[in-house]
Amino acid sequence: MLAWIPLFPLLCFLVNCAWYAFGQAPRGKEKAGALIPGLIASFSIFASFLVSLVLFLKLQGLEPEQRIINQSLYNWFSVANLHVEMAFRLDALSAIFSVFITGVATLIHIYSIGYMSHDATPGKYFAYLNLFCFSMLMLILGASLPILFLGWEGVGLCSYLLIGYWYADTLKASAGKKAFVVNRIGDLGFLLGMFLIFYSFGSLDFEAVRSIVVGTAHGEGTIHGVGQGTITVICTLLFIGCMGKSAQIPLYVWLPDAMAGPTPVSALIHAATMVTSGIYLVSRLNFLYSLSPTAMSIVAITGAVTAFFAATIAIAQTDIKKVLAYSTVSQLGYMFLACGVGAYTAGVFHVITHAFFKALLFLGAGSVIHGMHDEQDILKMGGLKSKMPKTWLTFTVGLLAICGLPPFSGFFSKDEILWQAFSSPSGSVILWLLGAVTAVMTAFYMTRLYSLTFLGTPRFSENRPHTGAKVIPHQSHSFPHDGHGHGQSHESGGVHESPSLMIIPLQVLAVLSFAGGLIGIPHFSWLDHWLETVIPTHHAVSSGTAPAMEWVLMGVSIFGAAVGMIFALKLYSNLDLVSHLKTRFAPIHKLLENKWYVDEIFNFLFIRPIYQLSLALWKGFDVAVIDRLALSLGWMSERTGQTVRVIQTGSLHVYAIMTLLGLIMTVGYLMYGMA
Amino acid sequence: MSPVEPWVVLAFSSAIFFIGLYGVMVRRNIIVILMSIELMLNAVNLTFILFSRQLNDLSGQMSVFFIITVAAAESAVGLGLVIAMFRTLRSVDTDEIQLLKG
Repeated sequence: MLAWIPLFPLLCFLVNCAWYAFGQAPRGKEKAGALIPGLIASFSIFASFLVSLVLFLKLQGLEPEQRIINQSLYNWFSVANLHVEMAFRLDALSAIFSVFITGVATLIHIYSIGYMSHDATPGKYFAYLNLFCFSMLMLILGASLPILFLGWEGVGLCSYLLIGYWYADTLKASAGKKAFVVNRIGDLGFLLGMFLIFYSFGSLDFEAVRSIVVGTAHGEGTIHGVGQGTITVICTLLFIGCMGKSAQIPLYVWLPDAMAGPTPVSALIHAATMVTSGIYLVSRLNFLYSLSPTAMSIVAITGAVTAFFAATIAIAQTDIKKVLAYSTVSQLGYMFLACGVGAYTAGVFHVITHAFFKALLFLGAGSVIHGMHDEQDILKMGGLKSKMPKTWLTFTVGLLAICGLPPFSGFFSKDEILWQAFSSPSGSVILWLLGAVTAVMTAFYMTRLYSLTFLGTPRFSENRPHTGAKVIPHQSHSFPHDGHGHGQSHESGGVHESPSLMIIPLQVLAVLSFAGGLIGIPHFSWLDHWLETVIPTHHAVSSGTAPAMEWVLMGVSIFGAAVGMIFALKLYSNLDLVSHLKTRFAPIHKLLENKWYVDEIFNFLFIRPIYQLSLALWKGFDVAVIDRLALSLGWMSERTGQTVRVIQTGSLHVYAIMTLLGLIMTVGYLMYGMA
Repeated sequence: MSPVEPWVVLAFSSAIFFIGLYGVMVRRNIIVILMSIELMLNAVNLTFILFSRQLNDLSGQMSVFFIITVAAAESAVGLGLVIAMFRTLRSVDTDEIQLLKG
């Protein structure tokens, strides 16, 4: 039954492929309905959701020690003592991941039906989306590293396909390529880490490695003959993979560009699910990471710095999706900060709440973009509160959740992370400070986005013909608009509220964003208890620091968030002041707006040298040596052929004489030559 | 009636064989070439029978039966080819059919 969770999306992927190939593609660019492929896709992921839920409840009925469901389909491959089964395993961690992933994915699929209704090839879109869900569920449910890696690569592929979905636009196509290439760099680290695990422990199955590690962890410095150093190297290599997939410094550059894809894709893949797979991997291998303080601090520091760094960039972005993208990078940094200080449960908790509120924010942004006819520049919005009241209401819930005001879900998870960063044995005041400052900045830039989009007076003219022209000439990397073609009927209408097919998922997500935090209230955490079998609770957490400190820090973070929000609200209700400040602090603003010039630095450091080297190799080696060698071989065989072809006279008699001569020679050799 | 001397038979059959060989080498008409091949085959048959008798070994005659059978099949196939060739090329002259000339 377990295997059905990933199999449903796979089957419907095939169905949608067939639908697209035989039903839609032959008709060319003719508009095709999104409803049927959308319903097929939504049905499949909803079925997965139901199965996940049933199995989740089944797990809950079992004793905590027995909360594991295994299913092995067949032997994938066996080489020497490496045996890889196509096996799935559901335990507390993967159960909770599969439930929230399939749940959020179902909502986003339904939303997509509305969002993609004007698209030319919705069949293709939904096929990709199904393939993504299949890969993501493989990643979550795989019982061993190779199966996880299969899903890991699968989601990378689907991410590439969906970022470059409107591939006719070169910018979007190259954004897809960028994501793929950057992810490959991380994947190399993942592969090396996987090889090293097999080399050290002789197995790739999580449970097997875990029992080896846990069974001998109390030994003297080495585990199963594996030194501390090796474990640090394994963890660091695997974390490089996570950097790529989960967009951490320095491999985060692909995620903001990934916003070129359709907005539901940004919500599903680049906010709620795929980018959190790095946190899943670290939590899954927590028994390894816990053994290596060095690797843990690498994770924690990378996470904290990424959180801070991305938040600074988000302050100065003007593309609604870019702000959300940098906010995602920043929140992912939070999750790694939690994992790095040993609070894996807090990280997983934030993954879940983040999935709810970030999916909500992205879908809300999608609704705004849809209603504004593909306008993504927040400087050209404003006053949408009255035009799109339902979107506004749900977006407000998302805003309060991400800013971390109680009792919204983001508050609990973010506060838990900050508290752990401060109090856990591997945490420190600096990590806490980075996290807290980031929280204030998060509140500021999200409120800025909210204020510019929904509050104030409209900065666009009604019934304007949509041109897609850019207002800010120096923002070179933004994608002017989402690019999905609207039907003619919409062109004449003004800004409108989205159809209910898009609003209902928003409302469901808003409820979840509001209430999702209840599963992890500190000290009464259901989640801590649930994950205990996979992630042993840190008993050392509360030692040394007074409980009162926790209340103080909580107060500080609420106060900081409130200050950030109020400051942003005040500031952005007076746009003249904002532009005055912009010119006053022009260098800083420019630096942030251009994302610290990271893309340019990477371009200078890596891309240009590689490009030059490739150019030199092409001209100097490929053309000059390889091509010449290959061509001269061809020339030689041609000359030989030209010379020898005169033998083929075409005359029957010559052939007969040749045969006769050959016969005579053979017989002569047999009779006389042998002697 | 005295039995025929073996050398006579041998001389006769080799004469037929070389006549056939000459035909294959020299003639341009493909039907004649086929006929010449038949001549060569039958010269061989004659030799087989001679030695079978001289050596008191029936396997020589067995071979002859096989050769006759195969020769019949061969000439059937050959004539079929000739007809097909004539239909497409309107000729049975080997000089005319040199499509594979290099």
